[in-house]
Amino acid sequence: MSTDISSGKGERSYLKALLLLPFIALLWVPFYNTETPELLGFPFFYWYQLLWVPLTSLIIWIVYRDGLKKGVE
Amino acid sequence: METNNIHWSALWVFIFFFALVTIMGFWASKWMAGPKNKGAHLDEWGLGGRNFGTWITWFLVGGDFYTAYTVIAVPALVYAVGAYGFFALPYTILVYPIVFVIMPKLWHAAHKAGHVTAADVVWGRYKSRPLEFAIALTGVVATMPYIALQLIGMEVVIKALGLTGELPLLAAFVILALYTYSAGLRAPALIAFVKDIMIYIVVLVAVIVVPAKLGGYGAVFSSARDAFALKGGATGLTLKPTQFLPFATLALGSAMAAFMYPHTLTGIFAAKDANTIRKNAVFLPAYTVLLGLIALLGYMAYAAGIKVQTNNDVVPALFNGLFPGWFAGFAFAAIAIGALVPAAVMSIGASNLFTRNFWKPYINPGINAEGEAKVAKIVSLVVKFGALVFILFLPTKFALDLQLLGGVWILQTFPALVFGLFVGWFGARALLCGWAVGIVGGSWMAFADGIKPVHTFVVGGDSYTMYTGLIALAMNIVVAVIANLALGKGSQPALKQS
Repeated sequence: MSTDISSGKGERSYLKALLLLPFIALLWVPFYNTETPELLGFPFFYWYQLLWVPLTSLIIWIVYRDGLKKGVE
Repeated sequence: METNNIHWSALWVFIFFFALVTIMGFWASKWMAGPKNKGAHLDEWGLGGRNFGTWITWFLVGGDFYTAYTVIAVPALVYAVGAYGFFALPYTILVYPIVFVIMPKLWHAAHKAGHVTAADVVWGRYKSRPLEFAIALTGVVATMPYIALQLIGMEVVIKALGLTGELPLLAAFVILALYTYSAGLRAPALIAFVKDIMIYIVVLVAVIVVPAKLGGYGAVFSSARDAFALKGGATGLTLKPTQFLPFATLALGSAMAAFMYPHTLTGIFAAKDANTIRKNAVFLPAYTVLLGLIALLGYMAYAAGIKVQTNNDVVPALFNGLFPGWFAGFAFAAIAIGALVPAAVMSIGASNLFTRNFWKPYINPGINAEGEAKVAKIVSLVVKFGALVFILFLPTKFALDLQLLGGVWILQTFPALVFGLFVGWFGARALLCGWAVGIVGGSWMAFADGIKPVHTFVVGGDSYTMYTGLIALAMNIVVAVIANLALGKGSQPALKQS
């Protein structure tokens, strides 16, 4: 996507759809409502949710970078 | 272990840090006063000159979003019910994609026209006084009990220092009121640095030292598991199937409501550009890691064998039990200062609303910017005094209930504030109808349930329990759509913003 330097007006950022991932991952509760596998003593329920903190940051950052390239006002 | 003895080493550390931020608070009026300073102007007092860059915004928004009450109440809830209390974690993750998409647009709308409050933005778009009034009123009413909760957080740590009576709280509050009056938003913005660094130190020490003393995280979780097994009911390290829907809807609804509050929006409007807000959406989740770790203090209390009568005492009891006095004092100072920052921003947000959306349109339309700043400063004192009276004379439970209702109410401002940023279809009258139905319906459900945050529907023998605020929002939107269809073009926005 870094080769995409066209500056079309109607260019849409499909990357924005990535922002939906945290919602799916965290609102689909039965998926992570288990104690195993454990990580460093943390049951899955806890480390999975904590993992989504940096993941969400990363996703927002990717969309932010993409927006900068396309000159989002 | 309940004692009325004063913990002197803790108290001296506490007083030292409190004095430090007091000096900073008064000094703050001169801080970040750039070349564009407008002097006596609401933009200066109420928004710190609209000049805050990425770092200051990070501290300010983080500082007023993660409050003393969070540090006290989230672990308390986790201590009481376990996994269910963790809805705060997905809530404070999901809030940032929402902030990223919505808030830069809102900032643009506000900046172009010099808006200071959410209700200003709504007035600017729809030119409807009733809708503006509805949004402003909701903001002020939802904020008051929230300020009261900050005081409860402060009360809890003052009690843990061994101080009794209401005088210490009163003293802390007078100090807060005076420096907010003189320095405006600059005071909490500056103090937020100290507060956050202190909270980070406290939490990092706690999450490393406490499990090390108690035998690691495995031991922390397993002692909590045992305690919940003994306690029974809807508690445990994971959710019961009936808790899935309430957990998810509470997380989503709270995330949508979070930045509708006047204090969080004040932090947004004070940013110097939209990019500052986008960058903050990337970096603010660092606080959420902290929140997750703070929540775990609730489990650590089980491993440490802490027993408390009131759940809210669990964090102070943990620090008093496991740390030397000076460090407990440091932690308590961090929490108390963590109450000052949001309480100051909340009172400023409420004063801005009062000044711009009640005083200006209805009492003195000819008021100039200097007059606005004067009115807002005085109102900030009244607002804080009101919250104090609230805490001193009404039962704590009342503040909790009202804050809960406040969340349901503030969520009903979402359509009026946000929809117009993306679609031009909705008109003011339709949005007002939706708002009214959301407020009345949400309050009715909450009262019928005995002021609980969730409401249960029974559909064909199955029951579904969901966050009341989100149900009310759904009603709000449905009514707004129907009303807009029925009222037709007559209710279109007066001014089309491009």
